[in-house]
Amino acid sequence: MLEYTRLKNNTQKDFSGLMKIKVAMLCDSASQLLNTALRGYGYDRGINFEVFEADYDQIERQVFDNSSELYSFAPEYIIISKSPHKLLSKFYATHADERAGFAEKTIQQTDALVTSIENNIGAKVIFLNFQELNDSVFGNYANKVEISFLYQVRKINLILMDEARRHKNLFICDVQMLTAHHGIHTAVNNKQLISADLIWSLDFIPVIAKNITSIISAITGTFKKCVILDLDNTTWGGVIGDDGMEGIQIGDLGIGKAFTQLQKWVKELKHRGIIVCVCSKNSEEVAKEVFEKHPDMVLRIEDISVFVANWENKVDNIHFIKNTLNIGFDSMVFLDDNSFERNMVRSAIPEIEVPELPADPVDYLPFLKSLNLFETSSFTADDSKRTQQYQEEAKRNTLQQVYKNEKDFLEHLNMVAEISFLNPFNIPRAAQLSQRSNQYNLRTVRYTEEDLGKIAADEKSHAFVVKLKDDFGDYGIISFIILKEKSDKELFIDTWLMSCRVLKRTVEHFVLNKMLEIASANGDATLTGEYIPTPKNGLVKDHYEKLGFANAGNNTWTMDVNTAALPVSYINEMANEKHN
Amino acid sequence: MKSITDIIKELDGVFGVVFNRDIQLSEATTAVDVEGWDSIINIELIVAIEKHFNITFMSAELDQWQHVGDMAKSIQQKLPA
Repeated sequence: MLEYTRLKNNTQKDFSGLMKIKVAMLCDSASQLLNTALRGYGYDRGINFEVFEADYDQIERQVFDNSSELYSFAPEYIIISKSPHKLLSKFYATHADERAGFAEKTIQQTDALVTSIENNIGAKVIFLNFQELNDSVFGNYANKVEISFLYQVRKINLILMDEARRHKNLFICDVQMLTAHHGIHTAVNNKQLISADLIWSLDFIPVIAKNITSIISAITGTFKKCVILDLDNTTWGGVIGDDGMEGIQIGDLGIGKAFTQLQKWVKELKHRGIIVCVCSKNSEEVAKEVFEKHPDMVLRIEDISVFVANWENKVDNIHFIKNTLNIGFDSMVFLDDNSFERNMVRSAIPEIEVPELPADPVDYLPFLKSLNLFETSSFTADDSKRTQQYQEEAKRNTLQQVYKNEKDFLEHLNMVAEISFLNPFNIPRAAQLSQRSNQYNLRTVRYTEEDLGKIAADEKSHAFVVKLKDDFGDYGIISFIILKEKSDKELFIDTWLMSCRVLKRTVEHFVLNKMLEIASANGDATLTGEYIPTPKNGLVKDHYEKLGFANAGNNTWTMDVNTAALPVSYINEMANEKHN
Repeated sequence: MKSITDIIKELDGVFGVVFNRDIQLSEATTAVDVEGWDSIINIELIVAIEKHFNITFMSAELDQWQHVGDMAKSIQQKLPA
């Protein structure tokens, strides 16, 4: 069955209960098939895409007219797709003297679209970049001629990346990258292009739909955070227990290069903030020795957040890794050459992603790259420090067992917190927490950097982040709070979220004290919280009850600011800027 | 050579998958006889047929078909003897 047919059949299935996301599609060529494929792909990912399809070739009118159907539909995402063939026609219609400025002019028009959307609505724009069609007018010499189409279209794609860096709400769907991967002959079907104005073939449309869905999923907080590696014949060639240090294939030995390249790639992922773990059937000592002593190993022991090598079954070991990291199975990828292990893990933990690695190790890495497993919607400097933080966590877990009780342990941690009200430096991390926190998140309202900029400027809102450090290390920003003043002397907790890495550290007590302090200072009589249940935040179901709030019904909880008992926290506050 | 009847039988299967229901074609069947056979699904049908028989139609052929029988004849000509 064609992949497109499968997706089309998906659209007939039951979408009730799936997460609804409103998407507008603005295209200057036929878009019905992409629409169908997108809705079908959404079904695979548990998303109910409600799609508004603008009439053919209405991009500008819909965007620049602020009373258009586009804006009354109020989409969360706007997909803009412009035909590369129309771009080519436009280029040919441009006078030779003006062709050198073609890219800039095209980008000016795009910028006007994105800016107008920004000013009208908080939607995110997903712009499809252009296939770099080679018109073969100049041959390879096109690279040396500014007025060749190839030169201009490549320039457009490059400037689009700058645009995406400038506009927080602009994301690029890299159609050119997908075309390079699948080949122009797969991506375009001339018959369909000429007779039906289909700029992408029926086989390529699902590829684009999948890619758009990945981008949207990453923005809504569904993405991979961790990769778990098997060792023998996955991370290196051969079996360490049998072949020994000199016999395993890495570096120049045998097909070692294939494993070296895989390790280099994993190391790059680690730098990007992906947590790397090991889960191997080996004795721990033997396995670790390779990471410590083998001269050709790229991955080193300090790159691995959780290292599990034993003879237990992998399902239990992956549960252990999950509990240590405190992340969902759906954010983990497990790599193993052994199909028995893969199937066992898959059937026991269906949420985890287990790629069906090819038989030949030289194909591992190209295959993994083709899956685009690690889509993301943000990147901050904090991401690259994550491995260290998880290693510190593992040390802390060991230490916890030595103290006679939890209180004793917490007292000896010397935890220090720093409160900062929102400012341009912490907004990116606060937005990231807002986008990705699922478990310890009371209302799961997602805010972008732009939204937070507005909240920071609002006098009726108090929004702050909490940084935490202790004797073992620095966690960075781990909690984010937005309080909103209601007219009737009530302070409402709009956002309360926390990184699960700092569970059971009394951070929530520390934060509550801070909230009460702010409430008192503003003359508020009541602090109100709300719990909005999601499939992932069961952890904080009893959050307000545990903190001593009174049940006001409908998942709403209140606390009397003047009579509240201050909860005990083992965290000291570090002096910081005043709230203004 | 594969008979027109056999080809149409195979087409029943290809159409069935694309339309997601049982389809019974005859030589005389035209697009108006099959509910939902519009220009959009036609694109999908052509690709599905090309893949099923491992053939490629010429653009001009597609316009000349009057009914399923013509389609089957086009297919028959392209199949190896």
